[in-house]
Amino acid sequence: MKWLLNNWDQVFEALGQHIVIALTSLAIAFAISLIVGIWAARHEGVFRAAIVVTGILYTVPTLAFLALLIPIVGLGRANAIICMVAFSLMIMIRNVAVGIRGVPAEVVDAGRGMGMTGFDVLTRIELPLAAPVIVAGLRIASVTVISVAVVAAYVNAGGLGTLIFNGISNDHAPKIWTGALTACALAVAADLSLARLEHWLRSRTA
Amino acid sequence: MIDIVDLVKQFPGTARPAVDRLTLSIPDGEVCVLIGPSGCGKTTTMRIINRMIEADAGIVRVGGRDIMQVDTVTLRRSIGYVIQHVGLFPHWTIAENVATVPRLLGWTEARTEARTDELLVMVGMDPSTYRDRFPRELSGGQKQRVGFARALAADPPLMLMDEPFGAIDPITRGRLQDEFLKILRALRKTIVFVTHDIDEAIKMGDRIAILKDGALLQYDTPERVLAEPANSFVSAFVGADRALKRLSPIACATVAVPFAGVAPAQSIDGTASLRDALALMLETGEDVLAVRSGDQWTGVVTLAAIRARTVSHRSHESAPPISAP
Amino acid sequence: MLLIDAWQFIVAHPGRFLNALGTHVALSAAALTLAVAIALPVGIWISGTGRAAMAAITTANIGRTLPSLAVLALVMPVLGTGFAPSLFALTLLAMPPILLNTYTAIQQVEPDVVDAARGMGMTRAEIMRKVELPLAAPIIFAGIRTAAVQVVSGAVLAAYIGGGGLGDFITAGIAMMALPQLLVGAIPATLLSIGTDQLFGWLQRAMIPRGLAS
Repeated sequence: MKWLLNNWDQVFEALGQHIVIALTSLAIAFAISLIVGIWAARHEGVFRAAIVVTGILYTVPTLAFLALLIPIVGLGRANAIICMVAFSLMIMIRNVAVGIRGVPAEVVDAGRGMGMTGFDVLTRIELPLAAPVIVAGLRIASVTVISVAVVAAYVNAGGLGTLIFNGISNDHAPKIWTGALTACALAVAADLSLARLEHWLRSRTA
Repeated sequence: MIDIVDLVKQFPGTARPAVDRLTLSIPDGEVCVLIGPSGCGKTTTMRIINRMIEADAGIVRVGGRDIMQVDTVTLRRSIGYVIQHVGLFPHWTIAENVATVPRLLGWTEARTEARTDELLVMVGMDPSTYRDRFPRELSGGQKQRVGFARALAADPPLMLMDEPFGAIDPITRGRLQDEFLKILRALRKTIVFVTHDIDEAIKMGDRIAILKDGALLQYDTPERVLAEPANSFVSAFVGADRALKRLSPIACATVAVPFAGVAPAQSIDGTASLRDALALMLETGEDVLAVRSGDQWTGVVTLAAIRARTVSHRSHESAPPISAP
Repeated sequence: MLLIDAWQFIVAHPGRFLNALGTHVALSAAALTLAVAIALPVGIWISGTGRAAMAAITTANIGRTLPSLAVLALVMPVLGTGFAPSLFALTLLAMPPILLNTYTAIQQVEPDVVDAARGMGMTRAEIMRKVELPLAAPIIFAGIRTAAVQVVSGAVLAAYIGGGGLGDFITAGIAMMALPQLLVGAIPATLLSIGTDQLFGWLQRAMIPRGLAS
């Protein structure tokens, strides 16, 4: 506790780095998964292929994935971000596709019947109604990404993991505690706030 | 067979009891229909009999024994239980489903198998075709047949049936009602049958118990309930067309009288109901119909005869409500 | 070619490699077994209760979000380094998906089916054994599958707290910038993880009761 109070700037910096790479990855993953997810929602074959490929990616152990990227992109943030995006894609593409497919056919039909264009239907009907499921996927992706970012410190991506690794190599328990507990707190906070968002969206679209 | 005395049940957080000092007796071998609007306590009462719900006060005796003196599991294994959505075990074959209670009771394999086949035949399903099928392969009507067979498997003297045909299409429903009724009468089972459909109650019941807000309003044969509703609620509940409903169970052949003189212009089959006869009379403007059985003329049915059967001797609508017996 | 270098490394140090692989598998198998032995019965037990269930579910949900490395790291100041602390941490990580899936799976059994079973006179134990568990089995097994992959992946990180396993090659490889060694850890670990997922996926399909459509 004392250590934390004396070195809160260090913790803050690590936390800041952690959040930056997490948000960057989520933003990229979100963009990709929206495009691929919408495409997959329309085409069964694309859906299945996307799920299989991203499913395999998701199964790769975090450290192994980061390590395998080293010969290709070296160390640093890019490495971490690629890994985090890859892990997020499976759940996000799946949830975008499933969410859109879950929109009742008669609602889409009504929209088209009233003269909406395909784009209108997508933006005004399908995406809003799919929003709860999409946010549910975002929630899982966020937790995943925060977890990966902890390990990514080992490939010089910064973040709260630096405190942990530093603490381990110097046998400095307070650093370990601080890094680990902050990372846990961040993950739980992200999960809870997105859960609330998901809940709110569900109540609106029920 | 069943004695219910001053039964009371109130669910926590509700304003009034679901079952409010209900007293009624069901003799052996009778079909007693519990009917009433939503929330009248009919299903609750039924579920108290096999202790799926525990009463707050009152006594229920089945076969002379107080149900609270019997262990719940033993009690339930001796009572047939049929519910609206059947609840067949999806991971078991039809044969395994039907064999549930016999297996629980430890019957031998041979005896269980024989009984299963016997029951499947009884409910109109060929054992060799259906024995090894799974519930998801069956239609709604077939599922309920299996549910029925399953409830009968251990030959319980008492059957509880909670809106068993509620989820089934009207045509299949009529057929199942006829078939099940025939089986139950042949086996001389005592039945407690819950429904919200007055026509079903009239068709299936030896006696009908009309419930409202947990209390018993009238408990009598269908004929008497229709002819002499106890109060304006019952009167409205059975429907303004109760006079016509009384005609439905009566076949023309049973009231046909020999005729002499000119043959009537219109005729009707002897198995048709008096209600159909009345409809035909109204349609054709005739007062007399010839009743035939096959190619034979067995007699005539007259409008006067129909009238005699529908006139009620109590004064109507404007009479003050009579309290429950 | 890097891959060839990696292969040559294994050939040169067969004992070390097999040792690491063996530790990795042993650690994973032990953690999964312990997690199932604890979380599965608890999941079954709480499926019938109200408040105990809420507490357990909330804890499991939080546990599910915690970063794996954070959990491993938190164990170290308390239990030290080595196989046992790693086993402890990995078991903790594996329990939430099993607990949550078991609870959810049993809750999701059709109420009419359970009502019929109860009404026909099955005891509580008989209902659980003959009806609820068989019908819940596919989802329960999905939870075990998730936990299995999590454990095999997490065991890579056990290298950081002295647990051994394939992670040792990865950390050594990064520290010394020796790419072949890095691959000796990363590729087998990846194959092991994917293989575990496939194996459990196959087992999960085998668990579906005959009567339920796939």
